[in-house]
Formats: sequence, C-alpha cells, structure tokens
Amino acid sequence: MSQAKDVLLDPLFNKNPIGLQILGICSALAVTSKLETVVVMSLAVIFVICGSNASVSLIRSQIPSNIRIIVQITIIATLVIIVDQFLKAYAFGISKQLSVFVGLIITNCIVLGRAEGFAMKNPVGLSFLDGLGNGLGYSIVLLLVAFFRELLGAGKLLGYTILPSTSEGGWYLPNGLMLLPPSAFFIIGLLIWLLRTWKTDQIEKEN
Amino acid sequence: MMKPLRDLLDKLHPHFTEGGRLERLYPLYEALDTFTYTPGEVTGGAPHVRDAMDLKRVMITVVLALLPCFFMAMWNTGFQANSAYALGGGALEGGRAELLQLFGYGADPDSLFDNLLLGASWFVPVYLVTNIVGGMWEALFCIVRKHELNEGFLVTGSLFPLICPPTIPLWQVALGISFGVVIGKEIFGGTGKNFLNPALTGRAFLFFAYPAQISGDRVWTAVDGLSSATPLAVAAEGGQQAVVAAISWFDGFFGTIPGSMGETSALACLFGAAVLILSGIGSWRIMFSGLGGVIFFSTLFMLIGSETNPMFSLAPHWHLVLGGLAFGLVFMATDPVSGAMTEEGQYIYGFLIGTMCILIRVVNPAFPEGVMLAILFGNVFAPLIDQLVLKHHIKRRLRHVEG
Repeated sequence: MSQAKDVLLDPLFNKNPIGLQILGICSALAVTSKLETVVVMSLAVIFVICGSNASVSLIRSQIPSNIRIIVQITIIATLVIIVDQFLKAYAFGISKQLSVFVGLIITNCIVLGRAEGFAMKNPVGLSFLDGLGNGLGYSIVLLLVAFFRELLGAGKLLGYTILPSTSEGGWYLPNGLMLLPPSAFFIIGLLIWLLRTWKTDQIEKEN
Repeated sequence: MMKPLRDLLDKLHPHFTEGGRLERLYPLYEALDTFTYTPGEVTGGAPHVRDAMDLKRVMITVVLALLPCFFMAMWNTGFQANSAYALGGGALEGGRAELLQLFGYGADPDSLFDNLLLGASWFVPVYLVTNIVGGMWEALFCIVRKHELNEGFLVTGSLFPLICPPTIPLWQVALGISFGVVIGKEIFGGTGKNFLNPALTGRAFLFFAYPAQISGDRVWTAVDGLSSATPLAVAAEGGQQAVVAAISWFDGFFGTIPGSMGETSALACLFGAAVLILSGIGSWRIMFSGLGGVIFFSTLFMLIGSETNPMFSLAPHWHLVLGGLAFGLVFMATDPVSGAMTEEGQYIYGFLIGTMCILIRVVNPAFPEGVMLAILFGNVFAPLIDQLVLKHHIKRRLRHVEG
C-alpha cells in the first residue's frame, strides 16, 4: 500500500515532472496566461496520461520492444484525439483558445516519459496511479503559474476582477510582461527555487 | 580627522566577528570598513598579481566616468521641462514647485541653476529609490550567503537611473531594479557571475511590463501630458529629413534632446569612454567594433534605401548621436562580467551588438530604439563567442604540438 501512496504522491513535490525533470515546459509557457484554459488543459493531460499509462501497462508484455515507442505514441495519440474531439463538441470556446496545444499533448514528454519509464515495467493499477500523480504534479505547477500570470497580468482570476485595473477606473496597473510567454519561465524558475529551498535533496551536485 | 572613524570601526569590530552579537551582519560592517579604508588583508602568496586595481577601484572609476552623464541627466531633464514651460506658457505646480521655490527656482531654460534644480528634482528621487531598494536586495543576499558586500551594485545603481525616462513612477523604479538585481544577478550567484547586465535586465523588465511608462511620446519630458517624441521616433515616422528639420546634429551630440535621462549626450559618453579606455577598465575593442557594426550596417541600409520604411534614410553619424547608442556602447556593452572576455571575442561581440542595434532600429517597426535589446542579445551570446574563440586557439596550438 505504501508503494502505491509513494507512486501517487511523489510526483507532486518530491519528483515533480516540471520542477525536477523540467519536462512539459512548452505547454507550461503557452497556455498559462489564463487560469481557465489551464484547468481544462490540466484535466486533458491527466486524462491522457492516466489512460496511456494504464493501456500501455495492460499490453506491456505483448509489445515487441523494437517498436514500443510507436505503439505508445499510437495509444497516446488516440487518447489525445478523443480529448480534442470532446472539447470541440462540448467546450468550443476553450478549445479554440487552446488551439494546437491540445493536439501537442501527444508530444508532451511527460506522457511518453511515464509510458516508457514506468508503465512498461509496472502493473496496471500502479501505472494508473503513477499517471494520476504525474498529471497532478504537472497541473499544480501550471495552476500556480497561471494564477500569478492572470492575477498580475490582467488583475483577474478565472475572468473575475480581483485587482481593478486602471483602464477600468481601478488602481492596479496590469503588468504586460505577465501576458507574454517568457514570464512563465521566470515564474517556473522561481517556483523551482522555492521547491529546492524546501526540499534540499533536489539540488544538483556541482560538477 | 579620520582617526575617530577608524577608532569607532575598530571598537565595533569584535561585535561582528565570530561569536559576536551581530555576527550575521558582518558583511555590512565589512562593506563600510573597506569602503572608507584600504582593506586590511593584502594578497601575500607568490603567484598572485599585486595590483591596486581591485574591484572597488574598478567600480569607483566607472562611477567617475559617469559623472558627466549624471550632470547631463539633471541639466537636460530640467532644460527640456523648462523649455516646454517657456514655449507652452504653462508652469510647474504643486508640491514640487513649492519645494523648488524655496531654493529660488525661476523656470528659466537659459539658467544653468534652474535647469539643474528642476532636473535634480526628477533625477534624485529615481536615483535614491534605485540605490535604497537595490542596495537592500544586495545586502540581504550577502547576509544570507555570508558574502562580502561589494561595490558591484554601485555601478548598477548608477546606470539604472540614467536609462530611465524622467517621468517614470517611483514604484516602477523599485520593481525594475529589484528584478534586475535579483533575477539578473543574485540568482546566478551575485557580482561576477551574472551573464546579463543587471541594469539592462531591470529596464527590459519595465519595458515589457509597463510599456506606456517607458516608451512612446509622453514620457520623455517631465511636463504633464506633453507629447515630445524622441528624435529616433521622429526618424521612424519621417526619416532623416524629419530629424534634420527638428534638431541639429550638435543638439544630438551635446544631448539637448528628449530621451532617457542620462543617455542623450554623446559628448558625456565620449568623456566616459576616454576614462574607461585610459584606465583599462572598458574594452576599446568592444567600443570600436560596436561602432564599426553601427557604421557598416547603417551605411548599408542607407545605400539600399526603402520606399516604405523612412528609417532606412538615417545616416550613420545620426545613428551615433541619437538614443542610447553611445551610452550603451560605452557603459553597458563593455561590462566586463557580462561581455566577452577573449580579445578576438570582443571584436565579434561588439560588432554583433552594433549590427543588432541597427537592425532593430531600422527593420523592426515596433521599436524605434534597439540598444537595450541588442546588448542583452550580445550578453547572451558572449559565453558562446568566448567558447568558440578558445576552441579555435586550442585547435591552432594543437597543430603545432602534433605537427
């Protein structure tokens, strides 16, 4: 039981896919200017990564090892297309805002990394939990980044005004940099700094 | 006369050494002590160069080289505002006017004193905020890391206010210098380990975060609501003709044009360049190859010409005296920490900055000025350039060994 707990909870902070492995940065820069899109993106990634981990694990002893990456990508792509079609059908507005980045979940290194690195060697239940944990670890970072970017860049959260901006008669002067993708770099960097101050074993040895 | 201070410092010394009550604050004590006196410890071992030119002297020389720019920053800020009052008939109002009248302010654009006084009332607050906020971050990091507080910040703290427009809100100054010092320098390990120029990093942050307060036409003259385009913005609209109609070349050279406070005068920058080159602190290779890049590319664009982009017509001698080019090349590009270190590398690095600056100025319609981004771009490439130069050297020498 404790192994299952570790598999689920470790990726949140101890082995965070963005914070420690620096994977999935592309979407973390692209979709985080608003909290709303991040929530949808996170749910999509959690769905895909859980599904792909469980499926790959299910057929792991049937997959010939020389074409395993192709098989994994096919499974992941299938799941991503399902998500994409679902969003287009039921949340068209968000789907337009996320544009290509839903499709690009296929190339998100975290998903393929977990399929190859974990699901190929572990039973279905554990693989599913690992997918869930990593999906949540990814989501936590994205939510934090989007929280700061939307709050400081537009004075809003989920579209509701928190800091009334000067253009609408308030006092807050929105920080334009926060609406540009590079600001996510700074915020992720600062988050990693915080994380490593808290968990000092994540600091790399100097070479 | 200095004896009592020395005695006081000596008396306080035990409190700051290991075991003393204020042990954690040793960096602050050390900073005051070595700022006022020559450090007690001198390099003793055989293989070290013993030179009076330590970090403190380097940094203080740079600040000396900046003095004419400080003077021009205050004079020109006041001159621009007083001229605007004289032309427009308006007058300075509010608390600032009452304060300045105590000193006998007369709003005369021909009076050296009136210009300096009004300019100082805009420049000094920006300077103080920069140094208090930036110095606080610097001290905080030194205390936490148990480093010695050094004079590296003295230069950043002098450069940053000089590249701000006079009307910049003080809270933005505080935010900008905080970003510059923390993200541009301290997270990489402090003075000597930063790969970007901290002052420019802070300005770039403000430039993208609050473009309305640091670019456009309304920020360069310290008069409410007055629109005064910088000559470069004029050139972007109407080409060289428009600039010539507005100002003479000598206006640009002496710096009596609107712009960021300390950057307008090419003459003041020339003085700085002379000091930096004679003292061996600033690299003449970077300055001259930067100059070469600017002249080469702007001549090229002028010869090519363009029907749709009037900026193509601006001649090299205008490029050199307008905007922050002279200031950037002399004081920013030559930063020994973030610039290229190898001699051949410095030529490439300077040329890269010069060409990049002209490219941004001329070809990119969004930014009339490009020095800041060009130098930051050069900073990013400096380690790569050095690496390639070193590799080339090693390869060449290996041939001798093997051959």
